[in-house]
Order: sequence, then C-alpha cells, then structure tokens
Amino acid sequence: MSAPHIVYNEGYLDEQTKRVIRRALLKGVAIPGFQVPFASREVPMPRGWGTGGVQVTAAVIGASDTLKVIDQGADDTTNAVSIRAFFEKVAGARSTTRTDEATIIQTRHRIPETPLAEKQILVYQVPIPEPLRFLEPRETETRRLHALEEYGLMYVKLYEDIARYGHIAKTYDYPVLVNGRYVMAPSPIPSFDNPKMHQSPALQLFGAGREKRIYVIPPFTDVESLGFEDFPFEPQRFDQPCEICGSVGVYLDEVIIDDRGNAMFVCSDTDHCERTATASVRDETTEVSA
Amino acid sequence: MNTQLAESRVPGFANPVRDAQHVFRAVLEAFARPTTPQRVDVEIQTPEPLGMTAGAVILALCDEQTPVWLDHYLRESPEVGAWIAFHTGARIVDRAGDALFVIASSPSTAPRLADLLLGTDEEPHRSATLVIGASAASDVGATGMTRSPGIAALVATGPGIQGAVDWDGAGLPDGFVSQWQQNRALFPRGVDIVLAADSVVRGLPRTTALIVAGKSTGGNERSGNERTGSEHVGHTADTTEKRSA
Repeated sequence: MSAPHIVYNEGYLDEQTKRVIRRALLKGVAIPGFQVPFASREVPMPRGWGTGGVQVTAAVIGASDTLKVIDQGADDTTNAVSIRAFFEKVAGARSTTRTDEATIIQTRHRIPETPLAEKQILVYQVPIPEPLRFLEPRETETRRLHALEEYGLMYVKLYEDIARYGHIAKTYDYPVLVNGRYVMAPSPIPSFDNPKMHQSPALQLFGAGREKRIYVIPPFTDVESLGFEDFPFEPQRFDQPCEICGSVGVYLDEVIIDDRGNAMFVCSDTDHCERTATASVRDETTEVSA
Repeated sequence: MNTQLAESRVPGFANPVRDAQHVFRAVLEAFARPTTPQRVDVEIQTPEPLGMTAGAVILALCDEQTPVWLDHYLRESPEVGAWIAFHTGARIVDRAGDALFVIASSPSTAPRLADLLLGTDEEPHRSATLVIGASAASDVGATGMTRSPGIAALVATGPGIQGAVDWDGAGLPDGFVSQWQQNRALFPRGVDIVLAADSVVRGLPRTTALIVAGKSTGGNERSGNERTGSEHVGHTADTTEKRSA
C-alpha cells in the first residue's frame, strides 16, 4: 500500500476546532439541556449524516477509547460501519459492537438496550436541536423563549394532539425537560428510549452539525418527558417478543420478509439481539448435554 | 510582544494532540461528576508560580478566542504571561470581568465570582471558567474525611451526582459557600470552577449545590438561605443512612 497523500491530524479535526468544541461541551455540561452554539466544520460526509456526532466524537476520543457506532440500533449499517472505520483510521481508537465494552457510543436515533454505565459517553447525532423550531421558526425568538423559560407553546402543541387524537401523538423526538429548566429535543430517538435518559449514569452529548449546536445531559440528571397530570407521558410499548432472540421489553423493528407484505418484528438493537440469541442457544446446549 | 515570545523557553505539551485530549477528558469528567477528583497524568513544566495542572488546563482549552485573566502573583512573573501567550495565543486581560478563563494561583487570590463574566439569560455559556490552583485539593479519596481548617465539610448535590456526596471542600476560597449560593441562584447564568491540584482536577459547574454539613460549623458561613440549607441537610441524612445500610 502506498502512503496517503494527505496526513490528517489525529482525530481528523484540527486542534483549534477541537478546542472550540471542547469548550462548548464543558459549558454544555454546566448548563444541562442548553444548546451551545459552535463553529461546525466540514467533515468527510454530507450534512445530515451525523456530522455533529462525528465532530463531538472527534473532540472527545483518544487512543485509549473503544468506539461503538449504531444507526437505528444496528452496528452493521453502512453509516455505522463507515464512521467506525473512520475513527479507527484517524484516531487510532479500537472499535467494538458490544455496548458493555465501549467507552464512547455514537448513536443515530437509539439508546442501546444494555444499560449504560459510568465512564461511558453516549454521543447523539442530532438533525434539529431546537425543540420549538416547528412552533416558532425564528431563532432569535426561540432563544428568548428558552431564556424566559416560556414553554407554553410546547404544551399547547401537546394539548392540541390530545384534543385531535385523544392522546399525545408524538412518538419520536419527544420533548423532555432537563434538570427542571430547559426543554430539549432528545434527537429523533423513539419515545420508548426517553426513560433511559433519566438519571443515566453515562454522560450524554448531543451534536447537531448542520444547525451548529451542542448540548449535554450530565450523568444522574433528571430528564422528564413532558406531559399533563391527566395525560402523562407514555412511552411506546411492544406486546410481542423479538422473533429472533425472544427478548421482551425491547424496541422492535418491523422487517418485511416477502412479497405479500408479511412482516416479522425483531430487535432494533443488533448487539443486544445477537448476544441474547447466542446466550439462549448456549443454555439449550448445556441443558441437552446435562 | 516579540521579545516576550523570544524569552519564553519553557515548553508546552510534549505531545500536543494526545496531551490536550487527555486533559480535556479529565476536565469533562470533572464537570460531569462534580467534586470527584479526576487524574491528569501529563508531565509539563510551567513557569513559577503557575501550577502544572492549571497550566495543562490552560494549554488544553485556551486560544486566541479566550481572553485570560491572571491574579497578581502570576502577573508579577513575566514568564507566565509570555508562556500562555506563546503556547495558546490567548490575550491576557487586565479586568477579571473581561476574561473567559480566570486563573488564580491559589484559593486566596481568586476574585469574587460576582465580578466575573456571568453570561446572559440568552447566552449563559458566555461566562467565565475560574481555574484555581489548589494543591490542598489533591488528596484523591478525600471526601468528607480530612477537614481543612476554616472550611467545614460540605455536601454536594446536583446533576452529575447520584443523590448527595460529602466533600471536604479543600481548595476553595474562604467564605466561598455564600458566594457559591449566589452564583447558583443566577442559573442558567454563572461561573464554573476547575480546582487544579497536583495531578488532579475537580470540577464545580454552576449546577452543583453546596451546603455545609451539620450545624457544628457556623463561623465563616453566612447562609442567607437557611430554609433550603436545612432541607438539604435532612435530605443528606437520609442518603447517608441509605449508604450505611
């Protein structure tokens, strides 16, 4: 193999950019749920493919880290594989698909089923960081609403859902109140995952590349999904178990399996599914041999 | 300016990329888990009287976009300003209220929090980070055991802390707790603090609530907020019981 023509800085980003992101992250930790603006840079992927997450990961990752990347829960999708390979190359970090072995997990739209631990960092890719954006298009105005803690608009929206559909119809990117102060968009994770953010032992970092915002939920922080006393927040539920590994209480994907539209429901978290399936196979074998 | 640069012969990080990453991660963990010590294993030389850990934090986080203020001990040594300017490009400012990074060589020289940049309600992130060189805070397991004279044992609560945690408060300026309560009342505005000890940093983000544990202390703590204080004490007693159980 010939030597590469361009030699990039370790972690791809230049040190100046990393410092800008690092300072934004530190202020983000100090003001949970507040969107800190940062100078978002070009990275070798199009905006909207996780450039914010990649920049946050690049600013945080070191040679001693183990990185896991998931895209809708899956480790084996194109984007996840590419981002993992990217950081192996530019940061010299190891990578894994196992949630429990990772020190940094970059995610698009899921929180792993395996409970996170202290010392782990979860990096979210965020398309639209402003929870009030579709209610108030002006940035100057949303900033003021956050400053005044004026979240009436959001409650009206949830109320209108109830008036129209009889329940709160938002099933992903469900708004949360962080540490009792800032309303925050949790990125388009399913509302199924919302309860996992509350008092999580892991540090949760959110990067929005196109919108140039970074925000943070520190470990052990209250994260409350919005609701009303008579219509409280209800996460999605799945009645049937995963058809591959048999797990219950996990987030399921619907997979179309033939031309007639028949579908099966399987774990969206491929790492969890694989490990549960192997474990149950192993149990069966030991039972047979015993 | 040029002569200043030429005079500065003290090197910075041996490995700028990895050392900066390591120091940043320590500070990030310190802010994410307030009062818990985080190791900083970077060997650098810093011009006296700037501490090694404080120097490492400056090298990792400061650049030409971050005005830096130095206390009078640090200012007296021309080497310190020259070293920071040479390695980071940061501007040294005269007024503490203009600086994004405020460096105090010891707890006693830390300026009042209310005099620093506090940010605005719309932009609370544009506030100062106060870095205090505090060798007293270096004792890695010190939580509630060793009480330094003049400072009572503290109980910390808030984001990043599971329940409540005891802390000896070593390395904080005198009369700090009442200042800190005022700082916290400004939320989301406010100052964040990094205590830089020998090879250890501790973080105190603006969200962390500090109260004096027990009533035996009194003295230097003038709490204008007794109601909240006693509530928290009760809460602490509960968690302590849980922990010992």
